Amino acid sequence: MPRILVLFAHPRLERSRANRALLKRFPEHRDITFRDLYQLYPDFNIDVTKEQDLLAAHDIVVLHHPLYWYSIPSLLKQWIDLVYAFGWAYGPGGTQLGGKVSFHVLTTGGATEAYSVDGFHGSTLAQFLLPVKRTATLCGMTWLPPFAVHGTNRLSDTELERIAEQYGLLLSGLASGSLVPRELVELERLNQAVPLTI
Amino acid sequence: MASFLADAVVYLGAAVLCVPIAKRLGLGSVLGYLLAGMVIGPYLLGFIGQEGKDIMHFAEFGVVMMLFLVGLELEPLLFWRMRKQVLGLGGVQMGLTTLVLGGMALTLGYTWQAGLALGLSFAMSSTAIALQSLKEKGLMHTAAGQSSFAVLLFQDIAVIPILALLPLMAMAPVSAAGPGHWFDALAGWQHTLVVVAAVGGVVVVGRYVVVPLLRMVARTRLRELFVASSLLLVVGIAFLMESVGLSPALGTFLAGVVLANIEYKHEMESDLDPFKGLLLGLFFMAVGASINFDLIRNAPGALLGTTLLVMVVKVLLLLAIGRRAGMAFDQNMLFAIGLGQVGEFAFVLLAFIAQLGILDGPAIDTLMAITALSMTLTPLAMLANEKWILPHFGTKAKEEQPADSIDAKHPVIIAGFGHFGSTLGRLLRANGVQATVLDNDSDQVDLLRRMGFKVFYGDATRHELLEAAGAQEAEILVCAIAPEAAPLLVEVVHKHFPHLKLLVRSRDRNDAYELMDQGVLHVYRETLDTAVRMGVDVLKELGTRHYSAYRAGQNFIRYDQAALKELAAKRGDKVDYIASVREKIADQEDLLRKDLQHDPSLGDHAWDSEAMRQANKQN
Repeated sequence: MPRILVLFAHPRLERSRANRALLKRFPEHRDITFRDLYQLYPDFNIDVTKEQDLLAAHDIVVLHHPLYWYSIPSLLKQWIDLVYAFGWAYGPGGTQLGGKVSFHVLTTGGATEAYSVDGFHGSTLAQFLLPVKRTATLCGMTWLPPFAVHGTNRLSDTELERIAEQYGLLLSGLASGSLVPRELVELERLNQAVPLTI
Repeated sequence: MASFLADAVVYLGAAVLCVPIAKRLGLGSVLGYLLAGMVIGPYLLGFIGQEGKDIMHFAEFGVVMMLFLVGLELEPLLFWRMRKQVLGLGGVQMGLTTLVLGGMALTLGYTWQAGLALGLSFAMSSTAIALQSLKEKGLMHTAAGQSSFAVLLFQDIAVIPILALLPLMAMAPVSAAGPGHWFDALAGWQHTLVVVAAVGGVVVVGRYVVVPLLRMVARTRLRELFVASSLLLVVGIAFLMESVGLSPALGTFLAGVVLANIEYKHEMESDLDPFKGLLLGLFFMAVGASINFDLIRNAPGALLGTTLLVMVVKVLLLLAIGRRAGMAFDQNMLFAIGLGQVGEFAFVLLAFIAQLGILDGPAIDTLMAITALSMTLTPLAMLANEKWILPHFGTKAKEEQPADSIDAKHPVIIAGFGHFGSTLGRLLRANGVQATVLDNDSDQVDLLRRMGFKVFYGDATRHELLEAAGAQEAEILVCAIAPEAAPLLVEVVHKHFPHLKLLVRSRDRNDAYELMDQGVLHVYRETLDTAVRMGVDVLKELGTRHYSAYRAGQNFIRYDQAALKELAAKRGDKVDYIASVREKIADQEDLLRKDLQHDPSLGDHAWDSEAMRQANKQN
């Protein structure tokens, strides 16, 4: 069974309604490891060896974060910069990430329509997050579309609760093997892989 | 008593007047002392008369101390590295000079014993003059300085066998230690045996008795007691040597070498240094005062001519040796002229020779006059060399200290290696930064040395110790000594080593105020970071997100530093320091009031979705 590593990065979780809601329903599963990066490394001093060992022991790497200025929060960037090291993740002998799967779980304040070529921001999420995707594929990982929660400011508590449930189902589906990453590559959003229960 | 005080006034007054004038004129302190001696001597002002000779005996103790310090400097390892220079340059210099000057004496009709004795005496150069001048000019690390040191070292050591062997050539019965001494009863070979035994005794006692004794004294942490033991050591050895008819200078030199490796070396050096300086000054004054101007007046041409001849011979031989050693011309000139005089050991040797009857009284008087004259002329010759000769030969550029300098200096000095300093030192060492450590806890010093730290034992607020630790070459000085002593260290550093970047630990904000008043830019309150870190952990335990707590802590440190500066400025206006307790309370009040106005979450709205929700609702 594939093992899942969730890297959660939010500098101010206590002020984030959406992400607190998402974590509330986070599945307890022995194959799902949850890492709260801002809690673990408040001084940005990342334990690279430990993180690499964790990566080696997992098959799916989930980058769970709010979208900040069309990108990932700085600690997550720091984490990638340090942990995906030359000679380990890429370059000569850098094969440790080969064959693994990775994707975003992200929240945005803006609405779904805003992230399109014709929308307010003028680009799709995939276009904005291209550097992260390329980093992963360069390291030999399979890249999946994001699980995105848009318009968080307008979502009601019940709506958030249902999305959290959907997120939980996605993770446990991947962990149990009922969802196969290879078959999800072509989707626009991973949200489509799991039905939104009403 | 009254006459002692009068003498003291005369000597000290002459020194205080003449030395600064000589230095201002660029003549160096040695010549200043010599001139002061001549001025107060029996032939000019006549403040001191024939007792000049007695003063000389007393002042010879300056030479004794100097040799002890030279010995201390002479770590066996250093000596081993310099062995080629010492034996090569020094041995050749002694041999050649003795041969040439002795040969000249032979042609003048002296006996071979007299010629040899004279040659050996005149081959000696003045360690006091040469080293003092080189140090004053900062030339110790140049090729000239190192070579001079090597030659002088050889001479200093050579005096031991010379003094031991001279009695074997004696024409009259030995009477080294005065009439009626037990020593007189001994035959020449017994004499030699006693000397060897005494020297061996110094070596053994130095190794196995002195070091534990000093350790014990150091543990009492009474500085004056340590000074007293250092003096006792030197005086004791000098006394022992004198009672076996050996030069006290040699005995103490030996003792210095034996003690060169102990941890209290630098402390002893800085304790004895003022005594040495003062006594050496006295010695030079005595030399100046003892110059027999009657002799000069009777035959000025002959005496001056002979002196110049001796010096020219010595300088030429030294030049030849320096050239063979591959020294550049300017370095060679400094080296040859610096060592071109007849040194203070000649006085010692000549006195001994007179006692042995190898040369007669009038001859000895003349030779002594030549010695004193040559010592007086040396600073002038050096000055002439510097002013008129070297400029014509280009390469005056100061030589850089060679990269593999024997005493590698570190860029960082840590003063105080208690819990605070050692933590810092370990951090630096873990990151490949070697630091020189100063500490005054002898047990601690022991331990650190065993762990391979370069540690100097002693009071870090003394500029001599800082100097020895390489403060001149260092870039940063970390002050982690007792907060009570820190202001003194700051003062010393500002005065003597203004180039050093000072990072000072303070205990609390009151210490910090004082340091800031002194103009220290980097003050580290040992209570601040720890208290904040602990507060951050309390916040974490209470459920605050770690990153938020961490930022709150960092912000608080920044805010508190700013508040400290603000309050320090305010505090400067208050003249009344008596009300310091009240002031402290007022300080606390000020601080707490400021804290209330301070909003720790200021500027943290970037990630605040709540604020965005409010804004969205209004739209």
